[in-house]
Amino acid sequence: MKIVIDQDRCIASGQCVTAVGEVFDQRDEDGVVVLLDPTPPAELASAVRQAAAVCPALAIRVEE
Amino acid sequence: MTETVNPAEVPQFPSARAARCPFDPPPVLHALQEQGPLAKVRVWDGTTPWLVTRYEEQRALLADPRVSADVTRPGYPRSAPVLSKDGSAISFILMDDPEHARLRRMVQAPFTVRRVETLRPAVQKIVDGLIDDMLAGPNPVDLVEAFALPVPSLVICELLGVPYADHEFFQDNSKILIRRDADPEERAAAFARLVEYLDDLVGRKLDHPGEDLLSRLAERIKAGELTRQEAARMGVLLLVAGHETTANMIALGTLALLEHPDQLDLLRRTDDPKLIAGAVEELLRYLNITHSGRRRVALEDIEIAGQVIRAGDGLILANDIGNRDPEAFPDPDRLDLRRDARRHVAFGFGVHQCLGQPLARMELQVAYGTLYRRVPTLRLATELERIPFKHDGQVYGVYELPVAW
Ligand code: HEM
Ligand code: SF4
Repeated sequence: MKIVIDQDRCIASGQCVTAVGEVFDQRDEDGVVVLLDPTPPAELASAVRQAAAVCPALAIRVEE
Repeated sequence: MTETVNPAEVPQFPSARAARCPFDPPPVLHALQEQGPLAKVRVWDGTTPWLVTRYEEQRALLADPRVSADVTRPGYPRSAPVLSKDGSAISFILMDDPEHARLRRMVQAPFTVRRVETLRPAVQKIVDGLIDDMLAGPNPVDLVEAFALPVPSLVICELLGVPYADHEFFQDNSKILIRRDADPEERAAAFARLVEYLDDLVGRKLDHPGEDLLSRLAERIKAGELTRQEAARMGVLLLVAGHETTANMIALGTLALLEHPDQLDLLRRTDDPKLIAGAVEELLRYLNITHSGRRRVALEDIEIAGQVIRAGDGLILANDIGNRDPEAFPDPDRLDLRRDARRHVAFGFGVHQCLGQPLARMELQVAYGTLYRRVPTLRLATELERIPFKHDGQVYGVYELPVAW
């Protein structure tokens, strides 16, 4: 699994960090998403898909 | 071709809930949802915007750049008469990008998931202290005054740098502000009082900055990045949104749990953070307290679900019924704290999705995760029929919740 994020679209909702804090973080100054791990291990796959599904800005793309 | 709609022939929005189902959306919303994702409705000023009732269409439209939240555009379906003399937006919640993003980013920092997590011990202390006071005081008591309102009010005051001693002033004015049937002049006056109050506070932060968010906004004013009026109005938005919503979730959530004893029992017996977090998401979905719908206007013609929304058409995305869409949530009218409800639209969707959601989640986790464990005999001190519900509010909840233990 490979993750692509779009920081320009991100509205800093924090949903992805809540879903899987091992993979996503937010910048301190404005909360914009930071990708900690673009190729997370298989056991996080469903949590990552959850993050992409709840992202309100459609800023997370998952390539399987 | 423009279709003409006879306002007399379409259902009124908002409409009444069923008398015996205070936690369910009005029956007419269920009926409209069954008929299709979109319907025309009649609102208070006689206009007939679209009502979007299904979950998928709501998410699609809320994330669509052809859909605007700009309250000043013709066709925007206001939920109540204008607040400010010039009709301008209260703040970024009713603006589009790039203005919306410019202002939202200025207040984003304290609301990241990790920053909010650092506040959890302080919130736990507030919650424990309020429960100590409650147990030492009169029994029965009004849970709204004793617990539901003070928790988020104390937290947002601390975060913004607003003196909690003024809580009666801002709680009373917020209450008027979000009543959709309040006299328009009374609402405008309450808004003006709040703006004046925040403007005064911002003025003080300009001279004596502290560690709080209003002081950060004062710095932006000094740097020429923000006007004082923008800062004051943003302060009003954060203060009102920051306490009214969460307070209503705490009180209405407690009532819903008291009416679903098996579900309450789950929370009473657990300290599992995952179960508690899941329960919060389900209560957000089930209660969806922002029951006036998200309001938008179409910027271009949009084809969706076999219909054409015309440029300039008003849209109301009723997230309360969206969260009860059986396509999205099986057996949607059942409160089931163990279900996975995280996809709900109780915080909206798209670029305006709630700024304060990490804070609201944490506050609710601490409040629900502590109150019923520490007060396991908590019960309603009156009949359900006598509880005053906020049918007239833009945010649903209860005005009072007499409880005993
Ligand atoms: C359980 C509690 C809460 C609920 C259910 C809730 C719900 C919502 C909803 C549905 C929206 C979207 C509005 C729209 O799309 O038109 C929203 C936006 C917003 N909320 Fe919350 N909210 C809650 C708590 C908070 C808290 C604690 C704050 C803290 C300051 C807050 C601040 C805001 C702000 C500033 C916006 C506007 C965001 C924007 O336009 O970009 N909310 N909220
Ligand atoms: S869920 Fe989407 S909008 Fe929210 S912080 Fe993550 S990337 Fe940004």
